[in-house]
Amino acid sequence: MSDRLTPDVVAKVARLARLDLTPDELDRATDQLSDMLDHFADIDKLDLRDVEPLNSPYPLVNVLRDDVEQPTLDRDEVLAAAPKSEDGRFWVPPILGGDS
Amino acid sequence: MSTDTNVTSETSAAPWAFEGYEMVVGLEVHVELATRTKLFSGSPNRFGDEPNTNIDPVTLGLPGALPVLNRQAVELAMKIGLALNCTVQPCTFARKNYFYPDMPKAYQISQYEDPLNVDGWLDLPDGTRIGIERAHMEEDAGKTVHAGASGRVHGAEHSLIDLNRAGVPLVEIVSRPDMRSPEQARQYVSELRAILLAVGASDAKMEEGSMRVDANVSVRRPGGELGTRCEIKNVNSIRSVGRAIEYEAKRQIVLIEGGEAVRQQTRHWDEGDGKTHTLRDKEDADDYRYFLEPDLVPLVPERSWVEAVRSSLPVLPSARRVALAEAAGSAPDDESIVTIVDRGQDAYVFAVVDAGGDVGRAVVHVQQAFAEFDAAPPVPAGDLAALTTLETGGQLTATQAKTVLAVLVDRGGGDPAAIAAEHGFEAMDTSELEAMVDEAIAAQPDAWEKFRAGEGKAMGALVGHIMKASKGQADGKLVSQILQQRKG
Amino acid sequence: MSEYPTALQIAEGVRSGDLKAVDVVEQHLTTIADTDGEIHAFNHVMADEARERAAAVDATVAAGGDPGPMAGVPVALKDNMCTRGVPTTCSSKILAGWLPPYDATVVQRLTAAGAVFVGKTNLDEFAMGSSTENSAFGPTRNPLDTERVPGGSSGGSAAAVAAGFAPVSLGSDTGGSIRQPAALCGVVGVKPTYGRVSRLGLIAFGSSLDQIGPFTHTVADAALTLETICGHDPGDSTSIPEPAPEFSAVLDRGVDGLRIGRITDLPEGADPDVVARTDEAFAALESAGATIVDVEVPAFTYGLTAYYLIAPAEASSNLARFDGVRYGLRVDGADVEEMMRNTRTAGFGDEVKRRILLGTYALSAGYYDAYYGKALKIRRLMAEDFAAAYQQCDVLLTPSSPSVAFPFGSKTDDPFAMYLCDTYTIPANLTGDPAMSVPFGDGADDLPVGVQIIAPSLGESVMLQVAAELERSAP
Ligand SMILES: [Mg+2]
Ligand SMILES: [Zn+2]
Repeated sequence: MSDRLTPDVVAKVARLARLDLTPDELDRATDQLSDMLDHFADIDKLDLRDVEPLNSPYPLVNVLRDDVEQPTLDRDEVLAAAPKSEDGRFWVPPILGGDS
Repeated sequence: MSTDTNVTSETSAAPWAFEGYEMVVGLEVHVELATRTKLFSGSPNRFGDEPNTNIDPVTLGLPGALPVLNRQAVELAMKIGLALNCTVQPCTFARKNYFYPDMPKAYQISQYEDPLNVDGWLDLPDGTRIGIERAHMEEDAGKTVHAGASGRVHGAEHSLIDLNRAGVPLVEIVSRPDMRSPEQARQYVSELRAILLAVGASDAKMEEGSMRVDANVSVRRPGGELGTRCEIKNVNSIRSVGRAIEYEAKRQIVLIEGGEAVRQQTRHWDEGDGKTHTLRDKEDADDYRYFLEPDLVPLVPERSWVEAVRSSLPVLPSARRVALAEAAGSAPDDESIVTIVDRGQDAYVFAVVDAGGDVGRAVVHVQQAFAEFDAAPPVPAGDLAALTTLETGGQLTATQAKTVLAVLVDRGGGDPAAIAAEHGFEAMDTSELEAMVDEAIAAQPDAWEKFRAGEGKAMGALVGHIMKASKGQADGKLVSQILQQRKG
Repeated sequence: MSEYPTALQIAEGVRSGDLKAVDVVEQHLTTIADTDGEIHAFNHVMADEARERAAAVDATVAAGGDPGPMAGVPVALKDNMCTRGVPTTCSSKILAGWLPPYDATVVQRLTAAGAVFVGKTNLDEFAMGSSTENSAFGPTRNPLDTERVPGGSSGGSAAAVAAGFAPVSLGSDTGGSIRQPAALCGVVGVKPTYGRVSRLGLIAFGSSLDQIGPFTHTVADAALTLETICGHDPGDSTSIPEPAPEFSAVLDRGVDGLRIGRITDLPEGADPDVVARTDEAFAALESAGATIVDVEVPAFTYGLTAYYLIAPAEASSNLARFDGVRYGLRVDGADVEEMMRNTRTAGFGDEVKRRILLGTYALSAGYYDAYYGKALKIRRLMAEDFAAAYQQCDVLLTPSSPSVAFPFGSKTDDPFAMYLCDTYTIPANLTGDPAMSVPFGDGADDLPVGVQIIAPSLGESVMLQVAAELERSAP
C-alpha cells in the first residue's frame, strides 16, 4: 500500500475521463494505481534534468498534403450507424453547462 | 460591408475611464481559413452545406483515422503571421483533451507550446501598437443546434450535432493585453479583419462565424496591479465587441467598488439584453491534459518557404492608408481614408488621379458615392477624373457633380459633361450671377443689412435665395465671393 | 517447422495454377469450423467474403493476370484493423456491431497482393493485455495447450497461425503484443520499425508505439508479408517515406561476421528454461560464424515504467472518442455528460478503465512533469543507450517473454504481474526499433520458447537474416 494517490484524486481523474466508479471500485482503483505508482518509483532516483523528452521514435518533419478535395462519406450510411439521429444530425441528450 | 467597420478617430482619442479605473483588454480572435479542404482531411471546407455532408473518417473521429496537415492551411496561417509582423518558427501540434459532443475525437488538435507565429504586432489607424502574442493553427469544432422548448443551451430538450465545420482550419490570434478602451478593441478587430481580407486568408465574416472574437477583460487603477480577468465568449459583431467590453469592465468596477471580488470566469455575451452572463467558473481549472499529438510530426518551415510567402503578401491596409493620406494631404486615420482603404477602393482613387482627376474631389466622391461597392466601383476611373475636372474648373457645382455621379453609377460610366448638359447644368457666367445677387439683395433687404453689419449667418438667407432662383445651378462658392465683394 | 503449408507454397501454387485459391480457403475454413469453437481465435469469420475473394483470385489466374505475390494466401486480421463493412470491435462492448466505412491501409495492400482474409481475430480489449483474457468476448486458448493463454494482446492472431487457421495473420504491437504471443504460441512474430507499416485504419492504443506486423510459421513468410505491408503511406503522417526492401533476398546469407549483442544488464525475471534456450540461441549463432558482444543498455530497466506511463496516457486520449455520440455503444442518460459516462462505464472493461485512469492521471495538471514528462525523458535515454549499443553490434538478442505460456487466471489478480510479461519487448516500442520473436526450442512443459532479435531503425533485413539462421539451427 502506498500514499501516492488518494481516492479524491482518483475520483477527479475518473470524472475527467467520463467514467463512473462505485465506492468499492474507487477504493480498488486507488489501491491498484497506487501500487503501480510505487513500482514506477524506480525512476524517481534518476537525474533527468538535462534530458530532452523524446515524443516520437522516428524523426520526420513537414508531412503535408495538398489542399485537394477527397471523397466524403455517405451521410445516410454514417447516421445509420449512429446511436440516434434526427434531421441529418447526430442526436444527443441536452447539454448542461457549456464548454464550446 | 457593415458600418461597424467605419471607425472614427474622434472616439478613439478619448481614453476610457470609469470611477477612476481603466480597462485592460486582450483579444483572442479565431478565424477560419479560406482553404478548399479541412485542416487534416480532404473533406470540403464549405459553409452552408447540408448538415453532415462534409464528413470523412478524420472529421468523424472514426477509430483508426489519422490526420495529415493541409499545406495551404499552413501557408495561409503563415500569411497571417507575417502580416502581423510575427516570427514564423518551427512548431508542433498538441492534443487539448475535453469531452464535448461536437468535438469528435474528444480532443482538439491545436498548437500549444510551440505555435507557428509568435511575437508580432498590429498598428491601429491612429498609430497605437497592439502586441500579438501568437497566432497558432488549430481545428474547428462542429456545430450544435439546441432543440426543444427554449432553443438555448439551458433548458434544451436535446441537441443535434452537425460536423461539417469540425476540422475546418482555424488560426487563433492572441493579442497582448494592450487595449485600453472599447473603441481600441473595435479598431483592432476592424483592422485585423482588413488584414485577413487583404492577404486572402479568410473571408472573416463575423455573422457566419468565420471570424469569432473572445475578449479578456480586467480593470485596474491606472498603473496599478492587473485585476482578475474574465473571458467573454460569443461576441458576434464588431459593434458587440465594444459593447460587451464596456459592459464587462463596468460590471467589474461596480463589483470592486461594492467590496466584492471579481471571480475568474468564462462569460457569455448576450446580444439581446446587452449583458455578459456567467458561463462557468475557472476555479475548477480546466484540465486539458495537453500533450504532443503523436499522429503528427513537427512543422519546420524552411526559410525559403517563409520568404516566398512573405513576398506574396499584398501591400497591407496600414501602408495603403499612409499612401492615400499622403496623396490626399490628410491624416492616415481620417475617416475618409480609413473607409476607402477598408473598402479596397484606394487603388481606384489612384487610378482617378492617374487619369488627371483631382485627388481631394475623388476621395470625397469615392467615400460618399461608392459605399455599397467593393474594390472596383462601376464608374471607369477616367470618367470620375473628368467629373472632378469639371468641378475644379468651375463648370459644375458640388451639388451638380453629385447628381452627375449618380447617373454615372446608374449607367456604369459615361461622359460627365454630356450628362451635365442633359440636366441643363450649364455654368452661369459671372454677369448672370451678379444680376441674381442684386436681385437677392433687393428682395431681402433685412438680410443684406445684417450681413453688411458683420452677421455672417445672414449670408445663408441670401445664398438660399439665389440657389432657389437658379434651381441649384449657381456655384455657391462664387456667390459668396460676389457677396463679399459687394459688402466691400 | 510446421505441418501446415506456408504462404509461399500457397502463393506459388495459386499463381502457377497448380492450386485453386478456393480450395485453399475451403480447407482453412473447414479447419476453423472444426476447431475454433474450442480455441476462439476469431471474433468473426469472414467465410463468404473469403470464398468470393478466392474465386476472384482464381479468375485472375485463369485470365492470365497477375494475382499478386500473396495470391490465395489466407490471412487473419487482428480485430483492431478496420475492414469496410466487416465488424471491427477491438474485442470491446463499446464497438460491438460497428461496421467501419473504410479499409485500413494494410487491408488494401494485402488485398492488392492477392491475399484472402478469413476473419477478425480476438485480442485483449483495445490491445491492452498480455494474455487475451481481457477480451469482452471471452479468452482465446493456446492451441498448444488449451488450458493456457496464447499471450496477448494479439493472442487470437498468434493462435490462428499456430492452429493452422491461416498461414499468415496480422497483429499489432504496442509493448510486445506481437512478439510475446508469438513466443507463447511457437510462431514467428515481427514488429517492424515504427513508421514502416501504415497505422491508418489501425484502432489506436498508444499512437507513438503502435506498429502492425505479421505472425507466420516461417521467417520467409514473414519476409513475404512485410514486403507487402511495408512502405510509405501518405495517409499516415508518421509513415517513413522509404520503399519496402526486398526482405526475402537476405534470408540465406547466414550470420558469418555479424555481431550479436548480449545485454549484460538485462532486467532479471526470466524463467530458467527461457534463459537456457536464449543462451543456446547465442551459441548457435556463434557457431554459425557470428560474434557475441557484451553490451550495456542501462535504461532497459526503466522501460516498463516509461511504457506504462506513455502508453496509457496516449490511450486515455485515443479512447476518449468512444463517447456514444457518433458510433458504437450508447447508454442513455439525462444529459449528454451522463450519457457519455454511462456509455463509457458500461462499454469498457476493467483493464481498459484502469489504463484510462492511469493515463489521465499521468497527463493531468500537477502530475504531467512527474510522470508523463519523465517517461518521455527515459524514452530519450533508452534511444541513446540503444544507439550506443548498436555501435558495438548489429543486432541484440534477448528472450521474448520471461516465461512460456501460463495457465488462465494465473496473473489476472495482479495487474502489475501481467505488465511484467512485457519487460523484454517494451524497449523496442519506446525506441521504435524493429524487433521480432523466433521460436527456439521448448521450455517447461514442452511449451515453445521464443527469442527476440532487436535491430536498429529500418534494420529489418539484418534482423530477418539472423532470424533465418536461428530458424535453421533451432533445436
Ligand atoms: Mg483560446
Ligand atoms: Zn482556440
